[in-house]
Amino acid sequence: MISKLSDRLLKHIDSFLMGCILFTCLIGLFVLYSASGQNFDKTGSQIINILAAITIMWAAANIAPQHLERIALPLFIFGLLLLLGVALFGEISHGARRWLHLGLVRIQPSELMKIAVPMMLAWYFAKREASLRFWDYAFGALFLVVPIGFIMKQPDLGTALLIAASGFYVLFLAGLSWRLLLGSCISAAVLAPVFWSMLHDYQRKRIQILIDPYQDPLGAGYHTIQATIALGSGGLTGKGWLNGTQSQLDFLPERTTDFIFAVFGEEFGLLGNVLLLVLFTLIIGRGLIIAAHAQNTFCRLLAGSITLTFFTYVFVNIGMVSGILPVVGVPLPLISYGGTSLVTLLLGFGILMSIQTHKKLVTT
Amino acid sequence: MKLRSELKNHLKEQYNFRLRLGVAAIVVIICFAGLISRFFYLQMAKYNYFQTLAENNRISLVPIVPNRGLILDRNGVILAHNFFVYTLEITPSKVDNVDNLINDLSKLIEVSTEDRKRFKKLRTQSHSFESVPIRTHLNEFEAAKFAVNRFRFPGVEIRSRLFRHYPQGKLASHMLGYIGRINDSDLQDLEDNEDISNYKGSDHIGKSGLEQYYERNLHGETGFQQVEIDADGQAVRVLSSTAPVPGDNLILSVDSKLQSIAEEAFGEHRGALVAINPKNGEILAYVSEPTFDPNLFVDGIDTESWKSLNDSPDKPLINRPIRGIYPPGSTFKPFVAMAGLEDGKRNPPFNINDPGYFILPGNAAHHYRDWKPEGHGNVDIQKAITVSCDTFFYGLALDLGIDKLTSFVSHFGFGKKTGIDIDGEMEGLLPTPDWKWHRWKQRWYPGETVIVGIGQGYTLVTPMQLAYAAATLANDGVAMKPHLVASIQQNNTGISHPIPIVKSDSIKLNPANIALVRAGMVNVTQPGGTAASIGVGSSYNIAAKTGTAQVIGIKQNEKYKASNIDERHRDHALFIAYAPAEDPKIALAVIVENGGHGGSAAGPIARKVMDYYLLGKVPEAEINPKAEDPVQNVTPTVEEPIND
Repeated sequence: MISKLSDRLLKHIDSFLMGCILFTCLIGLFVLYSASGQNFDKTGSQIINILAAITIMWAAANIAPQHLERIALPLFIFGLLLLLGVALFGEISHGARRWLHLGLVRIQPSELMKIAVPMMLAWYFAKREASLRFWDYAFGALFLVVPIGFIMKQPDLGTALLIAASGFYVLFLAGLSWRLLLGSCISAAVLAPVFWSMLHDYQRKRIQILIDPYQDPLGAGYHTIQATIALGSGGLTGKGWLNGTQSQLDFLPERTTDFIFAVFGEEFGLLGNVLLLVLFTLIIGRGLIIAAHAQNTFCRLLAGSITLTFFTYVFVNIGMVSGILPVVGVPLPLISYGGTSLVTLLLGFGILMSIQTHKKLVTT
Repeated sequence: MKLRSELKNHLKEQYNFRLRLGVAAIVVIICFAGLISRFFYLQMAKYNYFQTLAENNRISLVPIVPNRGLILDRNGVILAHNFFVYTLEITPSKVDNVDNLINDLSKLIEVSTEDRKRFKKLRTQSHSFESVPIRTHLNEFEAAKFAVNRFRFPGVEIRSRLFRHYPQGKLASHMLGYIGRINDSDLQDLEDNEDISNYKGSDHIGKSGLEQYYERNLHGETGFQQVEIDADGQAVRVLSSTAPVPGDNLILSVDSKLQSIAEEAFGEHRGALVAINPKNGEILAYVSEPTFDPNLFVDGIDTESWKSLNDSPDKPLINRPIRGIYPPGSTFKPFVAMAGLEDGKRNPPFNINDPGYFILPGNAAHHYRDWKPEGHGNVDIQKAITVSCDTFFYGLALDLGIDKLTSFVSHFGFGKKTGIDIDGEMEGLLPTPDWKWHRWKQRWYPGETVIVGIGQGYTLVTPMQLAYAAATLANDGVAMKPHLVASIQQNNTGISHPIPIVKSDSIKLNPANIALVRAGMVNVTQPGGTAASIGVGSSYNIAAKTGTAQVIGIKQNEKYKASNIDERHRDHALFIAYAPAEDPKIALAVIVENGGHGGSAAGPIARKVMDYYLLGKVPEAEINPKAEDPVQNVTPTVEEPIND
């Protein structure tokens, strides 16, 4: 009876992916406990975040991909409307207009777009798959550019970057021609100065500081310098859990959120870092396999995009903390404190699981 | 057919898709390999570097300022000590508008206009990131009141500071000196002497007097605490600490009671007094009048007080015993007499018949006048000292010649520093033809030798030199190095290290000649002497010599009349003495500026000091010294004493 119930509950859960996610979240809780100065409340609230996100993941895993395909367009339009709402009536906090009050709940529509944009693009390309032409890619790019434009205006460079990446992955996997890819790389290089002039001063500074953080060691370079000190002083085996001096003595800023990897690297060293990267690699690998075996174009494109977006999260965050990428506000997935991004992430993994477990035999 | 092509299409598409996934997987692997190589670089290759940075981040050395040594008199009376007070301090760099802040603060805690002025002055002297006291000596109630409201005043904090205090106030201020806040030139000196690390955390340094001279002893060694700090610089825990070594205590040879009797004896007069134990060079009293309150300087003197001290015509800030220079006048005569005796020029029964003036051979027109116009009659060397006969010494000086005279008296310390343990001592001046040639490019005239015989002309001394010379004379020609500090006591062990007693010079004198000069000087305080009133009622013999130093020149045919002259242009009164004459325990020199005659103005002060030191007698009421005949040394030249 019980085994039957659990069978039913776990029917659409991919156990390998689930195992890796849970293990990573567990590591995250330990790091958070240390990074928060052994704060039980914060750790406890993160446990609740994880449980809520897993519930949503479970729900997503139980929705068949066909249903997702059907809601892709309405969801995208709904998301765009919300973004428009943010631009018009959004609430400003920390100098950015990102939040929208809808009666009782306060939502961040850009977070919704992280899923809605790849779904929309996957739907569009799946629909046009028989006759893909240049104009299809141009349309696809338009679906991408409009929401990104809104989000960059908020401004929220980190989210815009991740959504851009997720959309790009769909375009790329859908068969964007290599020639066009190369051409856009070249035009990006040409347009870089234009883009540079459009950036906010603080965003420009972040890129300058990346090249030489010691330009402003107490200002914009402080984050990077302190994070690299934390990582480097961790050495091979780390200073031990709860013993990181950089983390425990407040030298690391934002150490429960965007810079939590520095805490991890300081306390667990090179070995810990490699272990964590292995875990992430397993998750990404599993995602790619699911994508490779997905049943139709929509599923393939969506699964591939979700997986590669997850990779982008990991790479941008760790690259930023270890000082090889500019400081953009991207949390470390499954580890950083915070519910919103965790929900979006696990929603994505739920979709992956749904794609994997709702396969039907192909009729030949 | 359609189905097949669709399937073929489908397979081709799946192949394309997987190819692209494969490319993406390779990109993922390359990126992760990049991250891992970055970890290797940071955590293996540069581990030591980042390890050091992390340690530097977290460990800070906090200096622990040592307690400054105390200054005690010879009987253990405290002259300088320390105490903790709460101060309210502002760090200007953390405040937008300091004036507004002070106005707000003053609603909570009283801030006087003096406090504001001092703050303004201190602020100009310190860096903006240093905290500057706006109020000192907060009481507990005020401290608590501020603590409650602290959140309203970022950049303001209460600190507990060690304050220097001079409990005797104005007593012996020139000798003690004072400490003040370390300024840029002090920092430079500390850097040059490689003492700078010992002053990490110190705010104050000795600026003058003993506080300055014995700075190294008084300051002590700064201790250090290795503390772990967080990013705000707040100490989290102490890792190790090295205790500071408190500064040494100075135990003076000065007797504070004697000092206060001497200072009071000056009344409203300006002047200086130095009393020395001739046997060992210990200084017993060191007076510079008027004095000032050194407590004013400790945390920065306010502009008004500084102005009133600095601009006062009484010049209270001048350290007269070592920096006041005066012509020695007749107090110079015993030393000239000793030179004449040792040279065999004036030994008894040699005598002269004094007509009241001296003339240089070959220049009868110019009279070198005696202070007594009618002359002293028949005068031998002993009487010459007793009655201060100018004529006798004019001739003697000329006979000896300037070179022999100056080289002999230099053994008594004239013309050079005595080596007292306070900085800034002046050398005075013992003129020679060589000196005149270098200084003025002029030939030496015999007339100039003549007037050196009575301590006039170019000759200049400090009160310290005069006391030192008197002590050397009292000690039969053996000069003892003078010192204010008798011993230096280690604060933590209590062990005292006496300052070594050092002979700084000595000249072999014939005992018969010593006896002759002494007899002449003893008679000065006996009936018929120039300071007869000083010896009245004394149970011990006082060997003394009066002197008068001219402030303005008197023309050849003018007569000096004190009542005609502005008070500040009157002569300075000088007096040297030692007692008991047979076995001297105290030697001293007194100068009363514009006091007139040495015997009447300076002598009574000396008598009070000797009475207390030798007999323990405290002066009851003011004894009015009986006015004596005006006794003046009037030089015939129109030159003014140079003040150089």
